[in-house]
Amino acid sequence: MLYREAGQFKASYATDQQIFPIRQDRIAVAALTALAFVIVPLVADQYWLSAILIPFLIFALAAVGLNILTGYAGQLSLGTAAFMAVGAFGAWNFVLRVPGMPLLVAFALGGICAALVGIVFGLPSLRIKGFYLAVATLAAQFFVVWALTKFNWFSNYSTSGVITTQRMEILGFAFDTPRAKYFLTLTVVVVLALAAKNMVRSSIGRAWMAIRDMDVAAEVIGIPMLRTKLLAFAISSFYAGVAGALYAYCYLGTVEPEGFNLDLSFKILFMIILGGVGSILGSFLGAGFIVLLPIFLNTVARPLENLLGLSLPPGLMSNLELIVFGGLIIFFLIVEPHGLARLWQITKEKLRLWPFPH
Amino acid sequence: MKSVKSALLGLALLGVAASAHAQNEQFIPMNGYWVGPYAAGGSGIFGGFIDYINMINARDGGVGGVKLTYEKCETEYNNARGVECYEREKKKGPTGATVIHPLSTGITYSLIDKAAADKIPIISLGYGRTDASDGRVFPYVFPLITNYWSQNTAKIKFIGMREGGMDKLKGLTIVNIYHDSAYGKETIPILDAQAKKYGFTVKHIPVPHPGNEQGSQWLQVRQIKPDWVILRGWGVMNPTALKAAAKIGYPRDRIIGVWWSGAEEDTIPAGDAAKGYIAAGFNVAGANFPVIQDIKKYVYTKFKGEMEDQTRIGSIYYNRGVVHGIVTVEAIRKGQEKFGKKPLTGEQMRWGIENLQISEARLKELGATGFMQPLKVSCMDHEGGGAVKFLQWDGNKWNAITDWIQPDRELVRPMIEQSAAAYAKEKNLTPRDCTKEAPPA
Repeated sequence: MLYREAGQFKASYATDQQIFPIRQDRIAVAALTALAFVIVPLVADQYWLSAILIPFLIFALAAVGLNILTGYAGQLSLGTAAFMAVGAFGAWNFVLRVPGMPLLVAFALGGICAALVGIVFGLPSLRIKGFYLAVATLAAQFFVVWALTKFNWFSNYSTSGVITTQRMEILGFAFDTPRAKYFLTLTVVVVLALAAKNMVRSSIGRAWMAIRDMDVAAEVIGIPMLRTKLLAFAISSFYAGVAGALYAYCYLGTVEPEGFNLDLSFKILFMIILGGVGSILGSFLGAGFIVLLPIFLNTVARPLENLLGLSLPPGLMSNLELIVFGGLIIFFLIVEPHGLARLWQITKEKLRLWPFPH
Repeated sequence: MKSVKSALLGLALLGVAASAHAQNEQFIPMNGYWVGPYAAGGSGIFGGFIDYINMINARDGGVGGVKLTYEKCETEYNNARGVECYEREKKKGPTGATVIHPLSTGITYSLIDKAAADKIPIISLGYGRTDASDGRVFPYVFPLITNYWSQNTAKIKFIGMREGGMDKLKGLTIVNIYHDSAYGKETIPILDAQAKKYGFTVKHIPVPHPGNEQGSQWLQVRQIKPDWVILRGWGVMNPTALKAAAKIGYPRDRIIGVWWSGAEEDTIPAGDAAKGYIAAGFNVAGANFPVIQDIKKYVYTKFKGEMEDQTRIGSIYYNRGVVHGIVTVEAIRKGQEKFGKKPLTGEQMRWGIENLQISEARLKELGATGFMQPLKVSCMDHEGGGAVKFLQWDGNKWNAITDWIQPDRELVRPMIEQSAAAYAKEKNLTPRDCTKEAPPA
């Protein structure tokens, strides 16, 4: 009833082609943004901000990056964590070595470093596809972590290889509380996600999708293979790099190369598989699912155990979390292989007809 | 639906019940790991720690009438999970989390800034950031008992003893096989400094996480033919290293492990390959100490013990957990002397740890003579001990082969102060003036 577009006429190309063509969607998105910017900082406590919402946003950004590459351009990548590491260490080194470096510029430069590394490791994609390309990006994963550990210059000769991020300050305002860090993360993520959404709707995005669906046909109709594929790698890695910089600065505060290991790459890959391959919204849904589920299981399990009067051995308890998590992933892959974004789409289509389906 | 409702109601009631009698309690988070490649260490240490806390509650009714409570949180030895656990637990209990044991060098690093801001002391007992021993720069971090650099100088001393004098070190070659992580790299600068001082050659060989494949590293060892090998491993890396050493025929009694490489869990999986292997330790193995007997009496006879496998009671890791317990409880006692017998806050707890003294006489009262070394913490020195014992694996158990060996303080302390000062400069911190700190009560 509420979700009906009857009476909304589109009189110009601009209104027809806007991101959210249905008025209810526009209102919902505006309300959600307002909620995230105004209500959440007022309501959420420190735990929610710094342990749940900030990592959720950061992982969502990394997932958007991977989705551009894997979901839209169709190039499978297992190196997301490595590009995040390049972004984190890049931003840190820029702040450290260039006096008076503004923080946001450092984040962007960190992202650009990641983009350059992404281009280098994207070169094999011109020749190889699918699983073989995944193995090539796996090389990026191991090479970057190895290089950051091996060459102490990257961590400014810190004895342990760990870097501790500098104080964050933009135009004299110090970002040192969880709330301020949340604002910073949210702003960066919203701007970049909006840019990504527009990018995939533009000619670049269509070129990516053409290559994903059939690269020979795309080349025949005149899409330059080299430029389009490398652009996908560059932009995807840029997103991952900025996410890495945020991960270091706004979330953990200290990072070591080992933290950006293959597990993290897989985690982000699972996010887009669960959330929806080839969907910006799906990146957010997947990130939310993967960040929240273990915390949820962990929080619920203990009271439940008390309630049922059980005393499970601690090892079993922790393994149970992994078992439930794995089970849910398999369940989702069988029931909805197109991810949570597809579920949302189905709901939307049903809502448009509700309560009188044909 | 009805059952869901009643379950929710039950949950709510439980919450109310828990907060109703929560007044005279002090909360200690147990953020450890019971799964993953490092679970052997995590489950043993937190097993001993929790059993000790339960024993104190059961035998003495808590500390000064204040019951100690805890809650477990699984970190998987992963920094992000560790930070999440910390944030989740820091507000629990009437006075919040009062002290935190991260049991991971990486997580310790991630928490240093956060804990100082939240005024929650970190005890990183035998791990963590070495230069935090300088309490002027790191008021909230306590790498108690012994840090990695002290330990390393004690190892070189031990090698000197075996070679027949420190002057005999000249010209020797020592290989440092390390876990390629923050933890593993921590001793590289001190080894280099010592190599220069004593004239031996040191070669550093990294092993990538988790370390279950070391063929190429030990091939390098065979080529270098070192006089001694220092094994700085953790978890599954240790038995793998011992087996690889056996394969190339390197004598195991010339391999010296750090205390994270010297537990039953490291040697038993290696079988005969571990025989003769030497490791440093700041606690010994064995269940014959009165303190362990008390745990068995007050906790295990009532079926409240943490360890599923009770043969692990008295093992190196389990006993290390008991050391964690002793240090924490004694710091609470110290804090209560000054602030009264009530649940301490993190800030008061910090004072308690900073003024902690465990004398030989006190160890005897605790039933832990010879179990660990006496401790004296101060504002300047957040380490408080520094000595290690060397233990050798005979195929069945760890035997102490030396007395407590003191570290080379003249070498370590200036390096710590220099490193801490660099950190203070980088972070724009003003070190505290220790002469102005409140003296012990």
